[in-house]
Amino acid sequence: MSEREPLFSPKNLKLLREPLSTSNPITVQVLGICSALAVTVKLEPSVVMAISVMAVLAVANVVVSFLRNYIPPRIRIIVQLTVIAALVILVDQILKAFAYDVSKQLSVFVGLIITNCILMGRLEAFALGNRPWPSFLDGIGNAAGYGIILIIVAFFRELLGSGTVWGYPVFEKIGLYNVGYENNGLMILPPMALITVGIIIWVQRSKNKELIETN
Amino acid sequence: MKNFSNTYIFVFSAVMVTIVAAVLSFASLKLKPIQDNNIRLEQMQNILASVNIESTSKDATEKFRKYIVESYVINSNAEPQQGVDAFSVDLKKEVSKIDEVKLLSDKLVEQKESPFKKFVSGFTKSKQTDKQKITNEIADINNSRKLPVYICNKDDSTYYVFPLRGKGLWGPIWGYISLKADMNTVYGAVFDHKTETPGLGAEIKETWFQKPFQGKKIFEDGRFTSIKVMKGGAPKGDMHAVDAISGGTITSRGVEYMIQDCLSSYLPFFEQQKK
Repeated sequence: MSEREPLFSPKNLKLLREPLSTSNPITVQVLGICSALAVTVKLEPSVVMAISVMAVLAVANVVVSFLRNYIPPRIRIIVQLTVIAALVILVDQILKAFAYDVSKQLSVFVGLIITNCILMGRLEAFALGNRPWPSFLDGIGNAAGYGIILIIVAFFRELLGSGTVWGYPVFEKIGLYNVGYENNGLMILPPMALITVGIIIWVQRSKNKELIETN
Repeated sequence: MKNFSNTYIFVFSAVMVTIVAAVLSFASLKLKPIQDNNIRLEQMQNILASVNIESTSKDATEKFRKYIVESYVINSNAEPQQGVDAFSVDLKKEVSKIDEVKLLSDKLVEQKESPFKKFVSGFTKSKQTDKQKITNEIADINNSRKLPVYICNKDDSTYYVFPLRGKGLWGPIWGYISLKADMNTVYGAVFDHKTETPGLGAEIKETWFQKPFQGKKIFEDGRFTSIKVMKGGAPKGDMHAVDAISGGTITSRGVEYMIQDCLSSYLPFFEQQKK
């Protein structure tokens, strides 16, 4: 490292951009699916979940990256897990204090961020071998890639399942119920989240042929 | 990759764990008052919901002050417990006392029936004192029970709200039940849970399950019947039963036992109020 890289060099920006599309954690790497199914019934918990994952992943990436030369390889998984677990407990406590209703809706899923494969995956694959700033961007990028899918799925599930967007009764306001429309109860159930994610994957791969597996 | 000695690994983990522990305890200490306040607000909302008043976390305090005119704590003999705040009663501890009394009562019966014990106790100590001891113990527990009562005044009628707590399938369930001034008719009920199965046991916190409790009676001809939660549906017109949740048998049964156990502690209070 002779020359200092600019903070937002093309290489660093790529770290932010790629997880949003070509290496999206959910649609391309198919990680973190279980929480994506569970919290996407409504928009609000999905957004809170996305922000929580972003906070945890970014900070965990930075912490592990700072420690990367001091972490003994033999216990690195435990160290990563401890960092993640501590951050998740912090997020959970903060939600309980400042967003009690949302934390009750998310209930067990905040705790389950610990087992979200995206986190361990990023720490192991990226933060252990890179400097803090790129690690931070990588964390933000991957969490955003995860979050954006969460929000897209939640938008459709809430709109079609309960006829609302962020709790605002859209369908009622435009009078859709008067012409015989009824909410689709299936959208509220987890299988529909999987199908929605499947549709997103389909759309993404038909637009970007490189992502299609050849075997 | 660098090689680290075992000593380094031990020191590293020890230091890291200590730092993490310190950070977490600090956060927990700092956030506890805000979290407790949230729980208190939720409690208020639940109490209000049991007398069919809707509230949000913002107006809960205000509405609680307006409608809940009095709250106090009594023991199992309906005598008031001085200086105890109804809100700060540890229901978990109180409900475990019900089991303690049950256990002791079983012992009392056992002692009457088992000839072997009779035989042995004839040698060791007199049966009478043993029985006396247990009876005293039960009385002691009953005297020290802390049973909160909330009195609500809404539209010129008085309602009595009683907290409930019991066991579901995976963890605790709790709720509030409100009675009309006749101490017989249920005015409303709310239930909540910690970890019941979503879609099955967790349905106890939905309105469709809670609504049928309204108007049910807990006494028949002066005898305490409580409210049954019936698998397969309550018979039409049954004043003492509601429908159970299909697939949520153990949680439904938990609700039934919870209502029976918790309300039976209030029986002397009901008698007193009826007079």
